[in-house]
Amino acid sequence: MLALDKVARTVLWQELVKGFALTFRYMFKPKVTLNYPYEKGPLSPRFRGEHALRRYPNGEERCIACKLCEAICPAQAITIESEPRPDGSRRTTRYDIDMTKCIYCGFCEEACPVDAIVEGPNYEFATETRAELIYTKEKLLANGERWEREIAANLERDAPYR
Amino acid sequence: MAELFASTIWPVLLLVLRILGIVVPLLLAVAYLTYAERKIIAAMQLRQGPMVVGPYGLLQPLADGLKLFVKETVIPTGANKVVFILAPMITFILALVGWAVIPFGEGLVLADINVGVLYLFAVSSLGVYGIIMAGWASNSRYAFLGALRSSAQMVSYEIAIGFIIISVLISAGSLNLSEIVRAQQEQGWYVFWHFPMFVLFLVAILAETNRHPFDLPEDEASLVTGYNVEYSSMTFALFFLGEYANMILMSAITSVLFLGGWLPPLAIWPLTAIPGPLWLILKICLVLFVFVWARATLPRYRYDQLMRLGWKVLLPLSLAWVVLTAGVVVAFRTAPA
Repeated sequence: MLALDKVARTVLWQELVKGFALTFRYMFKPKVTLNYPYEKGPLSPRFRGEHALRRYPNGEERCIACKLCEAICPAQAITIESEPRPDGSRRTTRYDIDMTKCIYCGFCEEACPVDAIVEGPNYEFATETRAELIYTKEKLLANGERWEREIAANLERDAPYR
Repeated sequence: MAELFASTIWPVLLLVLRILGIVVPLLLAVAYLTYAERKIIAAMQLRQGPMVVGPYGLLQPLADGLKLFVKETVIPTGANKVVFILAPMITFILALVGWAVIPFGEGLVLADINVGVLYLFAVSSLGVYGIIMAGWASNSRYAFLGALRSSAQMVSYEIAIGFIIISVLISAGSLNLSEIVRAQQEQGWYVFWHFPMFVLFLVAILAETNRHPFDLPEDEASLVTGYNVEYSSMTFALFFLGEYANMILMSAITSVLFLGGWLPPLAIWPLTAIPGPLWLILKICLVLFVFVWARATLPRYRYDQLMRLGWKVLLPLSLAWVVLTAGVVVAFRTAPA
């Protein structure tokens, strides 16, 4: 009887029919993919994307050249040089991040005592040459200006958990 | 001059126009078959498919075609140039000439010949030449292996196809495709009388057109891409067009032999109001959907499994069915005089 059952299943293509029915059902299910450049997935406020250097609302740059980020960076991607200004405050003269070395661990923003270096929500910064991925202080500050609204909102949303 | 025009030029011109009337829509259909295939498979895999070029990616086939047109035709140094160029042309032309005998409606056929089925069979058998020439002329191991597989496979499955067609011929009593459709008008569609053969025919045409799950000649994993590895640009496009035109041709043959060609499913008013060619197109689309559906569902066969299925399952079954059909026809004296 068992053998007959098996033969019947084979002859009637039971498995094939089941498989075809499955794919047919799936055809009407909602799609799981996004139409990427036009649709984007949600990002966590903790998302670690492209770096940015922030400024205070009065325009003064936040970074005080404490070099904690440079020290903690496991990939040694950050290079900082600094000197005192005439008003006695210490500021950076050079703040470079080699984005080809960076592993996006987020330690720099965690180490920063003044929320100056942050990893913003931007992940679309592919370039055509490697040289373009050596970010200078100017580039990072420009990023800060460009993404300040999003960055500030994300920091605020994440603040209760820090 | 006027006489020459009336006797020679005008009929030739008319013929060319009628041929274009078949070929141009066919090529458009090929273009959009690739689009439909990508969309259907995407839907079955919960993806979106092409979405960028035009609304819902509708212009994607044109973009693909344009890309292939403007690319460089690379001819390998070791290739036999003449055969290398000739092979895709043969594939493409053979996929087109079969359409001459397909009846689109009552009397709507380019060549109403009495050996239509034989002609189709011959054309589809010749198709293997394009592939084996491509494989040999490329002077590449992968291409050659792909061509060998393809020719062995097509030859094996053609025998089964032949026997399946013979069952239909015995019932219809004619080799003329229009007559076969008319016979189905009287006797009912052959998909009902010959249902097991209809299913086997679907399997066999999948193998005949080198489609999934029998696309061993194009096995990416073991053959890179098969007989057309060395082809690029227009030569590749011709293979591609030929393969898809062949799919449509095979679907049309299935529709004519088993699904009643241009006939509506029931001869009642709202269905008979739809013109015959439209019914044929609908049926072709249905069979093409099965092609694509199979591709989305089934994994690829192993080569020995493919041969086993062809020789040990399809061939005996179709042969047995021929005997059965012939027996029934003789026993009940329903044979057409």
